[in-house]
Amino acid sequence: MSNITDLSLNELVDNVKSKKISSKEITNAYVERSKKSNKLNTYIEQTFDSAIKNSEKFDKSPNLEKKLPGIPFAVKDLFCTKGIKTTASSKILENFIPTYESTITQNLWDAGAILLGKLNCDEFAMGSSNETSYFGNVISPISDNLVPGGSSGGSASALAAKLTPATIGTDTGGSIRQPASFTGTVGLKPTYGSCSRYGIVAFASSLDQAGPMTRNVKDCSLLLEVMSSFDHKDSTSVDFKRPNYCLDLNKNIKGKKIGIPKEYRVDGMPKEIDKLWEKGKEYLKDCGAEIVDISLPHTNYALPTYYIVAPAEASSNLARYDGVKYGLRADGENLIDMYEKTRSQGFGEEVKRRIMIGTYVLSSGYYDAYYLKAQKVRKLIKNDFDDVFKKVDAILTPSTPSSAFKVGEKSNDPVSMYLNDIFTVPVNLAGLPGISIPAGLDKNNYPLGLQIIGKPFDEQNILNIAYSMEEKINFKLNIKDWWIK
Amino acid sequence: MDQVSKDQYVIEKNGNKYEVVIGLEVHAQVLSDSKLFSTSATKFGSEPNTQVSLVDAAFPGMLPVINEYCIKQAVKTGIGLNAKIHKKSIFDRKNYFYADLPQGYQISQYKDPIVGEGNVILDLPSGPKTIGIERLHLEQDAGKSIHDIDPGSTLVDLNRSGVALMEIVSKPDLRSPEEVNLYIKKLRSIMRYLGTCDGNMQEGSLRADVNVSVRKFGDDKLGTRCEIKNVNSIKFMQMAIEYEANRQVELLEEGGKIDQETRLFDTKKNQTRSMRSKEDAHDYRYFPDPDLLPLEFNDEYIENVKKEIPELPDQKKNRFIEKFKLTPYEATILVSDLDTSKYFEKVIEKSDVKLSANWITGELFALLNDKNLEISQSPIGPENLSKLLNLISDGTISGKIAKTVFEIMSKDEEDPNVIVKEKGLKQESDPKALEVLIQKVLSSNEDKVKEYKSGKDKLFGFFVGQVMKESKGKGNPQLINKILKEKLNG
Repeated sequence: MSNITDLSLNELVDNVKSKKISSKEITNAYVERSKKSNKLNTYIEQTFDSAIKNSEKFDKSPNLEKKLPGIPFAVKDLFCTKGIKTTASSKILENFIPTYESTITQNLWDAGAILLGKLNCDEFAMGSSNETSYFGNVISPISDNLVPGGSSGGSASALAAKLTPATIGTDTGGSIRQPASFTGTVGLKPTYGSCSRYGIVAFASSLDQAGPMTRNVKDCSLLLEVMSSFDHKDSTSVDFKRPNYCLDLNKNIKGKKIGIPKEYRVDGMPKEIDKLWEKGKEYLKDCGAEIVDISLPHTNYALPTYYIVAPAEASSNLARYDGVKYGLRADGENLIDMYEKTRSQGFGEEVKRRIMIGTYVLSSGYYDAYYLKAQKVRKLIKNDFDDVFKKVDAILTPSTPSSAFKVGEKSNDPVSMYLNDIFTVPVNLAGLPGISIPAGLDKNNYPLGLQIIGKPFDEQNILNIAYSMEEKINFKLNIKDWWIK
Repeated sequence: MDQVSKDQYVIEKNGNKYEVVIGLEVHAQVLSDSKLFSTSATKFGSEPNTQVSLVDAAFPGMLPVINEYCIKQAVKTGIGLNAKIHKKSIFDRKNYFYADLPQGYQISQYKDPIVGEGNVILDLPSGPKTIGIERLHLEQDAGKSIHDIDPGSTLVDLNRSGVALMEIVSKPDLRSPEEVNLYIKKLRSIMRYLGTCDGNMQEGSLRADVNVSVRKFGDDKLGTRCEIKNVNSIKFMQMAIEYEANRQVELLEEGGKIDQETRLFDTKKNQTRSMRSKEDAHDYRYFPDPDLLPLEFNDEYIENVKKEIPELPDQKKNRFIEKFKLTPYEATILVSDLDTSKYFEKVIEKSDVKLSANWITGELFALLNDKNLEISQSPIGPENLSKLLNLISDGTISGKIAKTVFEIMSKDEEDPNVIVKEKGLKQESDPKALEVLIQKVLSSNEDKVKEYKSGKDKLFGFFVGQVMKESKGKGNPQLINKILKEKLNG
């Protein structure tokens, strides 16, 4: 039998259900491997002891009806976990222990999963390289000194390095899909309203959405099935009939019309990505799909719109970290002084930058020119998608305009960093589902991803398309365990 | 408005006559067991921080979920204010930092409130006056900062954090402290009828920001206004307006200019003072709360709420005038408070309407005033008052004795029938018994009888008084009069 940590999520589930492997064996395998992987700096909090205890508990009276029976999971540290430190990778929440559980993680535990630990991410999910974390940057297992992407960088890195069989992230402007693309893994951002935001540390409420990060498409569909639920505790949660994404997964995409938006062919994009995109089209055609050239005319405005809307919401969402109720409090001469010192010491540079941008664009005299205009453009971007979805069933684009970059390469150039999200951001602005699947390698052997964008609540369709392409692409992540000595 | 009539409120200085223009922003706490966006309780006077959920304290990842009941209460209030109900409204975030504002923003409604324009009718001595309502919107209350328990720090109580408030904004239609008094009372009366706000000012369920400006009579343009923040009693509102209006007039007469600013009313010094100028005003950075979808409902919903609207004070007043032939004055007094109107309607189930109205607005109000009680706390319930009035109507006791019985009832809370019986207060209406008494009085006052017969008519009252005295106050006055007349004139 091959190594336990080499098995996919679905294989693990099958093995537990057929009683070939116990939960403890799986948990032990991941704990052992995780312990040897500190160099990647993926974990902020490790709950290995309780994970093993929980696996023993599961094995004593295993409920094999569960969808994730006794499967250990490390999760992004943006999900609040009851009794376990939840930091959002920020100094301001360094010692914060929630008394409550996020709906998404609760769904995982209800399905039989076991918590392995909390994974590093960009501070308050603000970043595209996992370099803004108060707990230090995360290294990609692809290569030493390479960023895993962000903000779900710890999740992507842990997944690719096989420190967790699958994981969950959050995606506000590409924070699941971009790191998935950088690490050769699968990442899905569901339709806004599919996965509850209750108990997830908020970044930009109208864009935030949790989603699965997995080694293959089938795992992704299984995990989405567990995550997605209607939640009355989140007023933006949508009550729709959720399919059995995994059970209904199939490769029949014959006759599906796939749009190729011309606006996604941007200047300076590496040739490899263009080639990959072409190859993607060929694969789709091989599967019987039809390729349609489309236009999304407002694509160019997506990034500036995003960098108004997201910081505006963030500036307000982060106002609660004021030193009064929980988290870091710096001593001050008076209330204002305490606020200033707490927030100056508690927030990192990128978070401060976005709070300032957000405060500015909402200020009286600037609101109309920035925030209100951005909302109007956001509507136009949404209309673009609505229009093309009258003609096509899904859209194929590259996931990112480049492959992973070196640690420190872009950390002093925020605009260049922001440009990383150029293909993922429009999907969040329009509230659509998007999946990134690994599609090839660049000249440095760094992974590259393709993104499939779907209609609202049409996750099954993009999963099916991804599933078909996955077979054709036959991508193999060739990671040597260089960080384990 | 060049003519200044004598009942208008005027401030005169150096021969110039000024009128005062007032608009109110009333904050009325929605009567609801739970908060606007959480399930925490709203009970007044609970131990600090015992009614606080994770949402109220703004823990990371917590989200607001609208309390449907509070929405209904706001819609009801809007209907009671004859206002336009907006089928789509939006919750916005009003951003500012303060220790008792856990989220760092207050969820409120800015551009799209749930209720639009309406009106309230005031019953002025000169006749009815319509006060325009600009809007009503829903918002969260903040917590409470306590500065005087711990000398070294400020303590925060979040029990109130997230409690639903209705902000009711009037048009600048009020012209005197007395109109403000009537407006607040009318608003409170309407909301109590609706059961949407208990209007309890001591507990802070009703507070107001008062906007005051002055202008010379005849000017069309409004003067620069000052906003007096958070005044929590009608008396203080009136005092603040008087002080502020006079301050503004004096400033203008000295050639000065009013700065638009926010002021505070110091209840100890009875004066307003500047809190912050317009330049220092907060930039609240309002924007739609992305955690909440726009609030939408249909006509059917509004129609269903309308079905639950009880008879309101103005309608009730008209009914009382038409059906019971009360004077507008009596009707206005009896409907102004829901409990009073209920009390009145209970009494008249079995008693004479006119007599009931007189006794409630006379004796009962005097008693309640004296003891500083609400009518709901009255020691004399409507059933017992009704019994007392019936004893007058059927001649069992006189009006005068009734007052004695009423006084006993106010202390003993007893059935008037029992009191009359036990104390032997029943009116003596037996002509024979009275005749005996009258004969006794006449016999022992023969000289006065002579004087009377020789033309001194005024002595008749003396005889009545003497007979009453003999009867220990219980003699039926009508009968005494009748028999006495027969005896003396016969």
